[in-house]
Amino acid sequence: MKETILNNRCENNEKMLDYILHLGILIGIYFILAIALQISLGFTGMFNIGHIAFFGIGAYTSALFVLYGFPFWIGLLLAGIFAMIFGFILAIPTKNFKGDYFSLIALWFSLIMYSLFMNLKITRGAAGLFGIPKPILFGFDFSSIILFFILVLIVSIICFLIVYRITISKFGKVLQAVRDDELAAKSIGKNTFKIRVISLMISAFFAGIAGSLYAHYISYISPETFTLMNLMPIIIIVIIGGLASLRGTLIASFLILLLPEVLKFILPSPLVGPLKQVIYAFILIVILLYKPKGFFGKVELE
Amino acid sequence: MLKIKNLSKHFGGVKAVNNCSFEIQKGKITALIGPNGSGKSTLFNLIAGVLEQDEGEVFLDDEDMTSISISKRVNKGISRIFQKSRLFGNLTIKENMLLALESDDTKFWKSFFSKTKGSKEKEINESLNLVKMDIHMNKLARNLSYGQKRLVEIVRAILMPHKILMLDEPVAGVTPALRKELSNLLLKLKTNQETIFIIEHDMNFVLNLADEVIVMDEGKIIAKGKPSEIRNNKEVLEAYLGN
Repeated sequence: MKETILNNRCENNEKMLDYILHLGILIGIYFILAIALQISLGFTGMFNIGHIAFFGIGAYTSALFVLYGFPFWIGLLLAGIFAMIFGFILAIPTKNFKGDYFSLIALWFSLIMYSLFMNLKITRGAAGLFGIPKPILFGFDFSSIILFFILVLIVSIICFLIVYRITISKFGKVLQAVRDDELAAKSIGKNTFKIRVISLMISAFFAGIAGSLYAHYISYISPETFTLMNLMPIIIIVIIGGLASLRGTLIASFLILLLPEVLKFILPSPLVGPLKQVIYAFILIVILLYKPKGFFGKVELE
Repeated sequence: MLKIKNLSKHFGGVKAVNNCSFEIQKGKITALIGPNGSGKSTLFNLIAGVLEQDEGEVFLDDEDMTSISISKRVNKGISRIFQKSRLFGNLTIKENMLLALESDDTKFWKSFFSKTKGSKEKEINESLNLVKMDIHMNKLARNLSYGQKRLVEIVRAILMPHKILMLDEPVAGVTPALRKELSNLLLKLKTNQETIFIIEHDMNFVLNLADEVIVMDEGKIIAKGKPSEIRNNKEVLEAYLGN
């Protein structure tokens, strides 16, 4: 009897640990996605509604390459590179279209990508890609959740350090100059179009990396994962944390990912899904009204 | 040095700049004056490339600037300040200055691997010291008063490698003390043989400072000459005071 209780307790502890690690992995992936959005939105001032498409491009690229027999590290790298190429394509219209017009073009880009995921033969349409293998990297098999967590943790830290370095570099200051006043940036000799292009490419690269991790963690991706609905939590993370604040982004990633989990303990589970979006919208409105710079932000969203 | 040939710009039916031609001499301060709405800022914007002209040409040291972008014109030597303060509000004064000084900062990889601190600090400090703003170096630009912003903006324009400085109403809206500070700075620049093209409403301020004056009214140039000639020009007086 005692043994059975002990076994059950061990099993429960293991389940709890898996659950915590699962949340940790999602927080890591969303954190990468959010700091990628910080580059284009928080630091350069481009409200890129198409950000979720880069996440999707990364996920599909990595999944397809690995499904076709390439090693995971190639899939991961190509996920970033392919997303970056699409980032470049999206950046071309920013020569003439800025502000709200750019957001509209980004929205249109996101819808086109969704349509491609849905209709291309290689992406298997609405059925999506399944059986995406767990990563094997330098002989390590990351099929166990703890190892996958460690992988996500390492990749998140590397991404954070690179993004942090970019933001404190001279180039990072030029990004912020373009965000604050594009005409003034031009008037001190900066090629603002080139800066916007590079910014979007970097942002897309990291979103692609996050997409690769997501695809290999969940093992299944479909176009539904990459809709605007799923962009909402990323935008909210960036706004709550504060534009141009990486520290704020980290804290907000925890908050936004853990909030629905807390709700699961309070509300009946069928209500949590639909209510999640309502709560996200509510948080966004409250933050914009009472703390327009977010918790750690330097810049107000205009 | 700066040559303008038949420059025109229309907004709908309004001729904001109408067939303007003149030349700015090297090492001189040339003032552009005229009543409100006479087209002075539009002319500045055409020269700097902010607006595209309908007709005409702009030359700097005989090099045609007419069809090149704002940033290229700046890199060729046109440094300007706007009528409205345009500092980067969320950056510090020092960062604002660094942006003006650096030409490599848009090169991503070079910037990624280069040092972030200590560069050109002395140069920035000395320049800000000219207007006693060095003590505010680490303040965010948005936290400065309007007058302080104007001072910093002028220093930023001076710090940029340039051949000509274009100042759009630098002393408008600043306190008398700051006006004096700015006036001293411009006189210092004058002794350094800087080429300055300035728009200013304050006639006394500008006529005491300028070597040459160009007067605009309703998009046209109505007079050109030395300040003493302009003071007594009948057409200029009519434009300012009415018939």
